[in-house]
Amino acid sequence: MSVLELRSVSRSYGQGASKVAALSDVSMAVEAGELVAVMGSSGSGKSTLLTIAGTLEEASEGEVLIDGVAVATLSLDGRAALRRRRVGYVFQDFNLLSGLTAVENVAIPLELDGQARTSAHAAAMAVLDKLGLTALAGRFPDELSGGERQRTAIARAVVGERRLLLADEPTGALDSLNGEAVLRLLRQACRDGVAGVFVTHDGRLASRADRIIYLRDGHIIDESPAMLGPESLLTNDPRP
Amino acid sequence: MRHALLALLSDGPSYGWKLRQDFEARTGEVWPVNGQVYTTLQRLERDGLIESDEAEADGAQRRFQLTGDGREELGRWLQTPPALGVPQREDLVIKVMVALGLTGVDVRALLQVHRRYLVEVMREYTRVTDASPGDVNLAMVADAEVFRLDAQVRWLDSVEARLVESGLQLQPAADTSLRVLPHRRAKIGGPR
Repeated sequence: MSVLELRSVSRSYGQGASKVAALSDVSMAVEAGELVAVMGSSGSGKSTLLTIAGTLEEASEGEVLIDGVAVATLSLDGRAALRRRRVGYVFQDFNLLSGLTAVENVAIPLELDGQARTSAHAAAMAVLDKLGLTALAGRFPDELSGGERQRTAIARAVVGERRLLLADEPTGALDSLNGEAVLRLLRQACRDGVAGVFVTHDGRLASRADRIIYLRDGHIIDESPAMLGPESLLTNDPRP
Repeated sequence: MRHALLALLSDGPSYGWKLRQDFEARTGEVWPVNGQVYTTLQRLERDGLIESDEAEADGAQRRFQLTGDGREELGRWLQTPPALGVPQREDLVIKVMVALGLTGVDVRALLQVHRRYLVEVMREYTRVTDASPGDVNLAMVADAEVFRLDAQVRWLDSVEARLVESGLQLQPAADTSLRVLPHRRAKIGGPR
């Protein structure tokens, strides 16, 4: 069963002559352990796709399933609980709370979901350990570099029993090497069993995903298949 | 390659086979050189930029060293900026510009074919560098290729944006014989 599945999802705004289609008949599935890039220019619908996948916005038509559960069948509270427990977000501007340390920032989604402070803290430390970020745990956001803040945000997005990690231009504010490190961490988080989707206009970042979906004018126009092994360089010409 | 070999010899004399090995290592083995190293060494010797004391041996077994002229040439080359002031003949640019003048070509589909190819090549470089995490030389050479490819992808994006902005005809006319991207349904994903 796919962690995320969109079935013929469309999203439009306005009505009649002023109706604008942001997404049209989009179907895709993302499996646990997989990192998928959605690549498109501004206005291609990629951010809309992400907010619909994350249940922050409803589809006008079609179905969104997370872990096999059709989001439309859930009450507003049920949807909010699904979001808190199963979906993690990474934003371009990190969105860490400045008054909390890194580990407190990572623990906060669990505490908001009613988990006791000590066990939320322990779970946050566990995910920081797993992602190689233990040394950052006690630092406040203003004591972290941009790359370190984004790595902390990734830990926050996968803490607990999150199954789906969604990222919107996650390296937009970072330099080349930090961006690469963040993408590597996203992949590592996915290898641990999370399904990841990030949207970007940057081909260089998209090239670090397992699979790339190209979006234009709200439609999926193309996709690149899963990656092969490293030995394929210069022997497998990917030209069509 | 001429100047890369001079640079390698600036550390001291070396054998042909060793120079070939070092060249490949320093360039992250991204550019395979085959017999080109020995031919280039012959030419450098002919031009008086390097010398060898074992004229009888073959290229691999001969020991080469830099001459004074060779050292001067290396210094000059390092400080000379590459000739980037003149636009290069770029195959991709030519293809796209030609396509824009043709009827029956789905230009956006054509741009996507090239975009996808370029991103696929970037993925190949990413794979190779990820497979050798400690190889800094490989990472730097691969970065150079990836940034070059990325510039082309960005150019394709800007072509598309300019076409959309200017309201030019983007879709093919009735004749679609030159349609380049097979029609794909949006059903994507699922088990691989």
